[in-house]
Amino acid sequence: MLVADVQIRLKKGVADPEGKNTKKALELLGFSQVAEVKTSKYFSIHLDTDDEALAKVEVEKMCQSLLANPVINDYSYEFRLLSD
Amino acid sequence: MRIEDIKVAILRIEGTNCETESYQAFERLGAKPEMVHLKQLTGQDIHDHEKRDLMDYQIIFIPGGFSSGDYVRAGAIWAARMKSKLAGPLTEFIQEGRAVLGVCNGFQVLVEMGFLPGFDSTMSQIPQAVLSTNDSSRFECRPTILKYENKNNCIFTSKLNSGQKYLIPSAHAEGKLLFPADRGEKFYQKLEDNDQVVFKYVDPDGNYAGYPWNPNGSPHNIAGICNPDGNVLGMMPHPERVFNRYTHPDWTRGFDSEVGDGQAIFESVLGYITKKL
Repeated sequence: MLVADVQIRLKKGVADPEGKNTKKALELLGFSQVAEVKTSKYFSIHLDTDDEALAKVEVEKMCQSLLANPVINDYSYEFRLLSD
Repeated sequence: MRIEDIKVAILRIEGTNCETESYQAFERLGAKPEMVHLKQLTGQDIHDHEKRDLMDYQIIFIPGGFSSGDYVRAGAIWAARMKSKLAGPLTEFIQEGRAVLGVCNGFQVLVEMGFLPGFDSTMSQIPQAVLSTNDSSRFECRPTILKYENKNNCIFTSKLNSGQKYLIPSAHAEGKLLFPADRGEKFYQKLEDNDQVVFKYVDPDGNYAGYPWNPNGSPHNIAGICNPDGNVLGMMPHPERVFNRYTHPDWTRGFDSEVGDGQAIFESVLGYITKKL
């Protein structure tokens, strides 16, 4: 079984209010070294196949049709084999 | 067609809200609203007698809320569920000149489905815009003042007065209308050129103002847009919440209108349908 680790990020230049707020809170807690916080979303998608070429086509479509909105999101993914 | 024959589908799935207010808005004006669960249109997991046909309705109302927990992105799951089964029928519905109104989460759904802004076709395969997280990073819930900016393209606003202010409350965490960064200004200009801008956030003096008057940081203070044909409207604020004067936040303090500020939107679309269909 293949697992796709999909990460959905905000594109460069898109405001990340959640990241900004998190940075502020970390600073309030005394972490003085925080230069920037960026948020992203992570999906772990288990696929019923071991064929990585096929999986790539599928996951690419998943990102485009649901997981990411191309207006604000970049995405990337990696595959790993799940051994049981 | 007569107003009492106009059928309105108030769509619902898990997590929608304000359906009752929306239902009553149409009912009080004499139309025939019906609460319709998405599954009644897609025909999945339901009895035959519960099935409904999209084309039996003249108006589709997509209410606000937090459909499917707003997982992935606000409105994205609902949009995906509609896209999978109803993309064709909904496109036909819109091309026939019937009316679709999305409020709050409903606006987000229409954008995620590709029906708004609808620049090049009725429905774009990939979203052309997004309703992104508020600049404040918070859920913003308060009365907002909208200036009516449309020049007569939108069928939901014929009874509104150009340049007039309307108090319609907002309640959302993702309401900032964004276009791709490299084409942003071009697209905002296109909205203006096509007469697709319907509402903008203003302060009590009618000036385009920043936070908190603009609750989400939407560029150009945009609160609501329609498609180029004017029969699909999406707006973040909730007109159904101010249908009558008693639900206006300030109705005991100098609010002198007998009707609420949201009512004209419902009257306009019903008026349009009685004349055109």
